[in-house]
Amino acid sequence: MDALEIARWQFGITTVYHFMMVPLTIGLGLVVAVIQTAWHRTGNPAYLRMTKFWGKLFLINFIMGVATGIVQEFQFGMAWSEYSRFVGDVFGAPLALEALLAFFVESTFLGLWIFGWKQLKPAIHLACLWIAVIGSVFSAYFIIVANSWMQHPVGVEMVDGRPVMTDAWAVFTNNTALVAVPHTLFGALAVAGGFLLGIAWYHLWRRRHDGVDTVGADGKVIAGEAADIPGRDRDDHKVWLRSLRIGAVVAMISFAGTAITGDLQGKLMFEQQPMKMAAAEAACHDGTGFSVLSVGNLGSQSCDDIVALIEVPGILSYLAKGDFTTEVQGVNSLLPQYQEAYGTHLPDNPIYGERAGQEIDYLPVMEVTYWGFRMMIGFGGLAALAALVALWLTRKGTVPESPWLMRLAVFGILAPFGANAAGWIFTEMGRQPFVVAPNPDPNGIDQVFMFTAAAVSPGVTAGELLASLVALTSVYALLLVVEVKLLVRYIRGGVVSAMPELVHAPVDENEDATPGPGGSGNAKPADDVLAFAY
Amino acid sequence: MELLPTIWFIAIAVLWTGYLFLEGFDLGVGMLMRLFARNNTERRVLLNTVGPVWDGNEVWLLTAGGATFAAFPLWYASLFSALYLPLLVVLVALIFRAVAFEYRGKVDTDQWRARWDWAIALGSFFAAFGVGAALALTTTGLPLNANGDREGGPLAWFSGYAVLGGLAVVGFSLVHALAFLALKTDGEVRHRARRWFVRLLPVLLLPIAGWTLSIQVLDGKLWTWALVLLAVAAAAAAWNLARRAAEGKAFLALGAFLVLGTSSIFGAVFPVVLPSTLNSAFDLTISNASSSDYTLGLMSVVAAFGLPLVIAYQAWTYWVFRRRVSAAHIPETHSFLPAIAAKAFTTKG
Repeated sequence: MDALEIARWQFGITTVYHFMMVPLTIGLGLVVAVIQTAWHRTGNPAYLRMTKFWGKLFLINFIMGVATGIVQEFQFGMAWSEYSRFVGDVFGAPLALEALLAFFVESTFLGLWIFGWKQLKPAIHLACLWIAVIGSVFSAYFIIVANSWMQHPVGVEMVDGRPVMTDAWAVFTNNTALVAVPHTLFGALAVAGGFLLGIAWYHLWRRRHDGVDTVGADGKVIAGEAADIPGRDRDDHKVWLRSLRIGAVVAMISFAGTAITGDLQGKLMFEQQPMKMAAAEAACHDGTGFSVLSVGNLGSQSCDDIVALIEVPGILSYLAKGDFTTEVQGVNSLLPQYQEAYGTHLPDNPIYGERAGQEIDYLPVMEVTYWGFRMMIGFGGLAALAALVALWLTRKGTVPESPWLMRLAVFGILAPFGANAAGWIFTEMGRQPFVVAPNPDPNGIDQVFMFTAAAVSPGVTAGELLASLVALTSVYALLLVVEVKLLVRYIRGGVVSAMPELVHAPVDENEDATPGPGGSGNAKPADDVLAFAY
Repeated sequence: MELLPTIWFIAIAVLWTGYLFLEGFDLGVGMLMRLFARNNTERRVLLNTVGPVWDGNEVWLLTAGGATFAAFPLWYASLFSALYLPLLVVLVALIFRAVAFEYRGKVDTDQWRARWDWAIALGSFFAAFGVGAALALTTTGLPLNANGDREGGPLAWFSGYAVLGGLAVVGFSLVHALAFLALKTDGEVRHRARRWFVRLLPVLLLPIAGWTLSIQVLDGKLWTWALVLLAVAAAAAAWNLARRAAEGKAFLALGAFLVLGTSSIFGAVFPVVLPSTLNSAFDLTISNASSSDYTLGLMSVVAAFGLPLVIAYQAWTYWVFRRRVSAAHIPETHSFLPAIAAKAFTTKG
């Protein structure tokens, strides 16, 4: 492998990894904020427990997103210096604004939320969480604005061979971004929905399995208490049942959301990057049919080897244009157009290194785009369907006794993660061989595009890149094991693992009782132990 | 004189100074986890002084990096790619440190805590050292060719200035952390921090003084020399105030030392942002490395509104958590209950 390939693997691995943590942070953050709001308004202790438990898992995951996010910002300059030089005038701004306007907000107010349970008035404490969560949404917006400019450059003109921003409004309201942002946010919520559903199912199952909850003659649950274990009371049953239902509803709504926004995105993509969509379909010839199953050697990158086994006529046209008859161009018609517009060979320019003068392959890796597209939709749809079934199965207040269903619910947590990863891999790999895809709109900007082969740092050696690939991948693998172990530990522990006050009765201490939502009623809060401590 | 690039040069100097001021003490506190704290309770005292704020402090680094990318893309591209390996070390250090802060207290065994304590201490050390090396090298220069790419292989950046800059930020962070702990803790830790501060300040500030003076000798102007004199006075004042147990004032005086010192450095090198040691014609300056006026103008408007807001709410955070932390405040370790059985996946039926 040469420097370019190693740099691409590194960017792919670190980004997909980072985007395991990020959707859970965004989605779970929103859910916890809503739950804490419910506690604030009703004072219902079940909501406090839910806030504490899901909040704890949220934090265990949040920190991994923070830690891996720094790598993202640094590696543009480290590994992709030519890219950074080329796009800096327009691409740097959303990154800088993300840090200044979103990430500062997120990390500062989350610190206030974690440590401020007693120092802050309840309404302000709750507001801090909302501000942090809104910060994370803005964070997503700015990053997607940056990414969307790579998918569909707008608002610039070429000056001395580099795109220079001339219209910030166009950049920040890029239509590609405006549909990608809600698509991503719904994708994040889908992750949170599956997470709540799977974990709550486990706990409801556990309660039945241990004989705490039983089922009456009418099939309805009779919630019980386990006297020997703190916190395993009737409220605990409410915690899990409510969490499960919230999770299922969130999962279904967010699947609908991703489907609607994804459809809009697809229609844009057929215009903006027709080759990406043709590769997503392994569609060699022009036509209207959507391939349900194509066989043959996708990896050969040769259209002669591919046979569409099952095709539904009209669907591809619908995905592209909203009708059932328009012919959609396939790879065979698109290739000559790309070659004519952007050249058949890479220029003889030293920034292409050994690749200078090579023939350009405009067809993305079809195995990845074809299956990536289908895995995204498949995993997303499965999760939503499972959520619907889960709501039905739990209509009488608890889950079936089957351990297999429980395992399915727990492992089902992974499905929305898979959908997110597949979607990003599809859209990023589908953009190749460009790192900045050309904007084909006849009224759009001309000649603003960049081949990935030109983007890598010329001064950085393959050895350095390999060292960082190995180092980062090992660190990430190690930390993934640690994170999952910790999550599992806290999940198994249940609410009490996030609420020491359920175990250590506050009367044991010299200080006063735990404050309710009505405010810290302590006479001397300043002398109290820390509300939360590392 | 180009107005907008100059403004952004100042803005980036402000962001780096803000980073060193704020994360300086939490990096130092991190290093002191193993050097200074004597038992688990003391370590938890240290951690909880920075617990609510360290993450917000670290965003100053991201903002400095992002702003450099947006305002001076060529500076960002050349500096970050030339310093590939040292920045990789910084990244790994910051990853471990961040995770360690959050995970250290999550399992109640000595071994678990000891491992994360080392992660915090070493992560803080290498992050401080790497950032210091990078900052020093952007002031003293790197072997860059006409395209701004490093010549001479993966270690071509290495020089005495890298070590000096690394030690400068490590030394400053340690002193700054001792001043911070004297201000933010109570009891034994507070008094020990103040004693250490008084004893160690003259030694630990030597590298940063060395870096500042080298820059002045290379590029100094009259007014930046004046700032150096003021910085020395501020350091002396910090030392004196700490001896008289005026902890708050000592902390502020040390902060003034930092602000004056970094101002003298950035002021001296202006308008060069990254000199080439191969040929001064390849130097990156505020004119040839900057973004367009349109982009800089847009960023200026946003920063003029955004940066004061950040400072305001971060200041509020420090106000909310203004209480001193002492051993008495540290709650018992929450002995984790594996209450609800651990065998879910092995139980049949």
